[in-house]
Amino acid sequence: MIEIQSLGKSFNGRVVLHDVTVTVPEGQVTCIIGRSGSGKSVLMRHLIGLLTPDTGRVLVDGAPLDELTYPELRQVRRKFGVLFQGGALFDSMSALENVEFPLKTFTELSRSEVRARALECLSLVELPDIGRKKPGELSGGQQKRVALARAIAIEPRYILYDEPTSGLDPETSNTIDELIHRLGSELGTTSVVVTHDMHSVLSIADHIAFVHEGTVPWTGTVDDLHRATDPTLLSFVTANEYKIGAPARTA
Amino acid sequence: MQLESAPLPDPLAPPSAAPAWQRALAPILAGPAGWLSGFGAYCLLVARAFNLPRDLSPKLYARNLAEQMVRVGIESIPIVALATAFSGGVVVVQAIYQLENPLLPTTLVGTFAEQSILLELGTLVTAFVLCGRVGARIAAELGTMRVKEQIDALEAMGLNSRSYLVVPRVVAGVLMFPVLYVVAATVGMVVGAVVADLSGALTAQTFWEGARLYFRPYDVFFGIVKSIVFGFAITSVACYTGYTTEGGAEGVGDSTTRAAVLGCVFVLLADYVCAAVLL
Repeated sequence: MIEIQSLGKSFNGRVVLHDVTVTVPEGQVTCIIGRSGSGKSVLMRHLIGLLTPDTGRVLVDGAPLDELTYPELRQVRRKFGVLFQGGALFDSMSALENVEFPLKTFTELSRSEVRARALECLSLVELPDIGRKKPGELSGGQQKRVALARAIAIEPRYILYDEPTSGLDPETSNTIDELIHRLGSELGTTSVVVTHDMHSVLSIADHIAFVHEGTVPWTGTVDDLHRATDPTLLSFVTANEYKIGAPARTA
Repeated sequence: MQLESAPLPDPLAPPSAAPAWQRALAPILAGPAGWLSGFGAYCLLVARAFNLPRDLSPKLYARNLAEQMVRVGIESIPIVALATAFSGGVVVVQAIYQLENPLLPTTLVGTFAEQSILLELGTLVTAFVLCGRVGARIAAELGTMRVKEQIDALEAMGLNSRSYLVVPRVVAGVLMFPVLYVVAATVGMVVGAVVADLSGALTAQTFWEGARLYFRPYDVFFGIVKSIVFGFAITSVACYTGYTTEGGAEGVGDSTTRAAVLGCVFVLLADYVCAAVLL
C-alpha cells in the first residue's frame, strides 16, 4: 500500500502541493485527476522518490521513502513500473531492446526467456511486430505503448501511469484502459493513473483523488463522483464534456 | 496556506526565463562562489557515480563501456588524425622558417617537431578536437536524456543513473585518449617528415635523425599521462553538464556549449598542472 501523508512541496518559493493526504489501496486502480499544472505529476514523482517532499512523507509498504538510503530507495523503486508522459524510451535502443532492458538488468532470465517475455509484453500492447524500430521511427501513441510494455515487463507490484491516454486516438486509449484494468483485476497490480481524461477515469478507476491548486479537496469512488457536490470538482468534470451519469467509454 | 488562483507553472521548468545576455554571462556573474558551488556539484556527481552499486550486473557496464570506447575512441580517429596531420605539417614548416640559418644543423627541425608534437601538440590538439567532438556529444546525449525524462526512467527502474551513464563514458575517455594520443603523435611525426622532405630544406632521413637525437621515452610517458588526465577532464565535465541539464532544447544547447568551453578550460588548467608537476 502507498500512503501519502500531509505532503507539501514548493519550487522556488511557489507552493505546488500543500498538505496532501492520499492512500492508494492495494490491488486497485487509483486515478489522480485535476487540470494541467495542478500538481498531479509532481505528486506522482513523490511516490517513487524522484522528488523529496518539503513536509510530510510517502510510505510504500510502510517504508518512509525520505528516510531510506539511496540503495534502499532503489530496492523500493524496483517494485514499480512507471509510464512517463512522453514515454521516456531510450533513443539508442530499439523498441524491443527497450522492453528487454529491465529484464536483462534486474532478472536472471536467459536470453531466450528475456526475448520471449519482451515479445509477450509488446503483444499485450498490440505492437507485436514493431520490435526492431527505434523510438524515433514510432508515432507518439506507439512510443507510449512500448513504454507501457517496458513498465509491465518485470511484472511490478505497482504501476504509475502519467497521462497514459493523452495524445492517443480513442481506440488506442481504449486498449490502454483495458490493459490497466486487466493488470489490476487479473494480476492484482496496484495502479496509480495521473490523468485528466474523464472517460478513462470512469472506465478504470476504483478510487479517485482530485487535485486542485496543490491540495486534494476530494477523494472517493466513481459512485461517489456521481453524487459529488464539490463545485471545483464539478467544474473540472463538466469541463471534460462529461455529464454526471453519462455512460463511460467502453473498456 | 493561501494559494494563488492563477495556474501554477510547471515546477520542473527552469527557474526563470532570463534574457539571453544574462544567461550568456551567468557563469561570470556567478562569481567565485558560483564557480566553487558548481565545482563542488561536479565533484559530488563524479564521486557518486564511481560509488558503484554492487547489485548491478558487470556485464551491463561491460557492454556499455565497449560501446562508449568505440564512440569516444575509434570513431574519433579520423578527425584526430586530420587535425594532428596539419599540426605536424605546420610545426615543420615553421621550424624550417625559424631555423633557416647556415650555422644551425637541419636535424634541429626534426628535434623541434618531435619535442613539440610529443610533449604538447599531440595531446593538446587532440584534446581540443575531442572537447568539440566527444564532450559536446556526451553533453547533448545526456542533456536530451534528462529533458526527455529518460534519466528519470532509469532512476524509476531502480538503477543508479549516475553510475550507469557517467562511469562508462569517463572510463572510455581515460582508456581511449592515450590511444588517440599515440595515433596523433604518429600521424603528426609522419606528416612532419613528409612535409620536411617535400620542402627541399632537408630530407626525411635527416628529419628522423633529428627526431631521434633528443628523444626521451619519458616524453611519451608524459604525453600518455596528460592524455589520461585530459580524457578524464573532458568526459567527466561533459557528463556533469549533460546530467544537470535543465529546460528543453535550449537547455541542451546551453549544456553542450558549457561542455565544450569548460572542457577546454579544464584541459588548459590540467596542461599547466601536468607540466609543473611532471617536467
